[in-house]
Amino acid sequence: MKKTINNRAWFLIAPVVIVVLFSALLPVMTVVNYSVQDAMAENHFFWNGDTWFRDLLDPSTEIGARFSGALERNLIFSFVILLIEVPLGIALSLALPRRGWAVGPSLVLIALPMLIPWNVVGTMWQIFARADIGLFGAALNGLGLNYNDTQDPVSAWFTILVIDVWHWTPLVILLSYAGLRAIPDAFYQAARIDAASRWAVFLKIELPKLQRVLVLAILLRFMQSFMIYTEPFVVTGGGPGNATTFLSIDLVKIALGQVDLGSAAAMSLVYYLITISLCWIFFTAMSQLDMLKEA
Amino acid sequence: MTRGVLPKLGLVLYLVCLFLPIYWLINMSLRTNEDIMSGLVIWPRHPTLIKYFFIFHDPTWVHAFLVSLTYVAINTVISVTVALPAAYAFSRYHFIGDKHLFFWLLTNLMAPTAVFALPFFNLYYAVGLFDTVWAVALAHCLFNVPLAVWILEGFMGGVPREIDETAAIDGYSFWRFFVRIFLPLIANGVGVTAFFCFMFSWVEQLLATTLTATKALPFAAVMSRSYSASGMDWSLLAAAGVLTMIPGALVIWFVRNHIAKGFALGRV
Repeated sequence: MKKTINNRAWFLIAPVVIVVLFSALLPVMTVVNYSVQDAMAENHFFWNGDTWFRDLLDPSTEIGARFSGALERNLIFSFVILLIEVPLGIALSLALPRRGWAVGPSLVLIALPMLIPWNVVGTMWQIFARADIGLFGAALNGLGLNYNDTQDPVSAWFTILVIDVWHWTPLVILLSYAGLRAIPDAFYQAARIDAASRWAVFLKIELPKLQRVLVLAILLRFMQSFMIYTEPFVVTGGGPGNATTFLSIDLVKIALGQVDLGSAAAMSLVYYLITISLCWIFFTAMSQLDMLKEA
Repeated sequence: MTRGVLPKLGLVLYLVCLFLPIYWLINMSLRTNEDIMSGLVIWPRHPTLIKYFFIFHDPTWVHAFLVSLTYVAINTVISVTVALPAAYAFSRYHFIGDKHLFFWLLTNLMAPTAVFALPFFNLYYAVGLFDTVWAVALAHCLFNVPLAVWILEGFMGGVPREIDETAAIDGYSFWRFFVRIFLPLIANGVGVTAFFCFMFSWVEQLLATTLTATKALPFAAVMSRSYSASGMDWSLLAAAGVLTMIPGALVIWFVRNHIAKGFALGRV
C-alpha cells in the first residue's frame, strides 16, 4: 500500500512513545547506570568504568564462568526447543480439521496451555512429574527409567524440555494453522489436476505459503525460550546443581538474591543485546532469503 | 487437507497428552492431602470441593484474584487505547524515523523481564506506585504496548486507503472518522489485540510479584506463599491453579472463531 509522507503522524505515536519511555527506556537507563557504577555504602555510588563488563565476559572469573555456562545452556535449550516445536507444530496443524464441529473445541483446547499463568504451569508440572504422586513421573519410573527431576540433571533437562513443548507448541500450531487456512482452494485444485503427491503439495504449496508465519513463530519462540524463567524456577529451581540455571534465573539470583547490582546490570545489558542481535540477524537473513526468491 | 487415519490419530494422541497435566491438576484439587499422599489414583474416589470453598471464603485469596483481574483489565485498556492511533500512523504514513521507531518498539518484546525486575522496583518505588495495581498494569505495558501496535498495524494494513480518503472528502474530521468509521472496520483486530494483551498480562508473574508487597498481592504471589506454610498443601495449590485457568478458558471460548486469524497477526 502506498503511504503518504506526513510528519504530523508523530502526534499519533506520541502516547505510545510516552508509555514506552516510562515503562522501558527509564528502567533500561537505570540498568545502564548500575552497570558502570559501584556502591560504596548505602546509595553511595561511584564510577566504575567497564569493570563489570570485563569480569562478565572473561570466563576465568567466577561471574564470567557462571555467565558463559548459563548462556551455553540457554542457547542449547532454545535450539532444541525450535528443533522439536516447529516440525511438530506444522505436522499437527496439518492434521487439524479445517471445518466442522471439531474446529472450535480443538482450537480452544490447544490454546489453553498458553493462557495458564506461568507459575501455575510450573506447579502443575512439579506435581505431574513427581515420582510418588505425579502421573508423568510414576509412568516413567514404571517403565523402568530412573527418573527424578530434582536429583538427576538429565531428568531435569528432559522435564523442562517436555514442559516447554507442552506449553508452547500450541503457538506454532495456531500460527501455522492460520497460515494454512489462508491458502486459496484453487491451489489445491490445481495440485489435484496435476496429480501431485501429498508430499509435493506440502513442499511446493503449503511450506512456501507458511514461510511468513513460520518466521514469526520461530522469532517468537526463540525470544521466549531465550528468556525462560518461571517454569525451571518453580520446577527445578535451576538445579540439580546448576544444570537448569538459565540466564534469567541466574540474573534474578544475582540481582535480588545477592543484591550485586553492578554485575547483574552488566549481565542484563549483555543478555538483552545478545537477544536483540540474534533476532536481528535471523530477521535479516530471512528477509534476504525472501528477496533472493523474488529476484 | 490431510486425509487418512494416521494424522487424525496423531492429533488425538497429542490432545490427550496436552490435557493430561491439566486433568491431573483438577484431579489433585478434588482430593484431600492425605488421599493424594496415599498413592496414585487416576479417578478421585471421594471427590471433594473443600479446597475451593476454603479459597472462596478466605479474603486473601479472593482479594488476590480480584487484584490480578484488575491489573490485567487496566493494562488491556491502556495498551489498546494508546496503540490504536500509533498503529494507524504506522500503517498509513511515512514519517521521520518510522522504521527505527518500529524496531525499537519491537525490541521491547525481546527484553527478558528478569532484566527489568529490579529497575522497575526502583522506579515504581520512587514514583509511589509500588504495591498498587497500577504498577503492575504499567509494567506490563512494556511488552503489551509494542505487541498491540504490531498486531493492530497488521489488521489496519488490510483496510483500503480509499476509505480514509472518501471519509475526508465527505467532511469527516479525523477523530470522527477514526471512531465512527475506522474502528468498526477493524473491530475484529481490536478484539484479537485485547485477547493477546489479556493473555500476556495474565500469565506474566515475575514483574507482578516483584512490584507488589501486601496490598496488591496478585494471585500467583499468594500461591507461592502457600508453598512454605505448613509443608506442601498440594491440594490447595492445585485448586488455586485450576481457578487461574478459568478466566483464560472463558476468554478463548469467546474469541475461538478469531483465534486462528489473530495468531497470524493479520499478516499471513
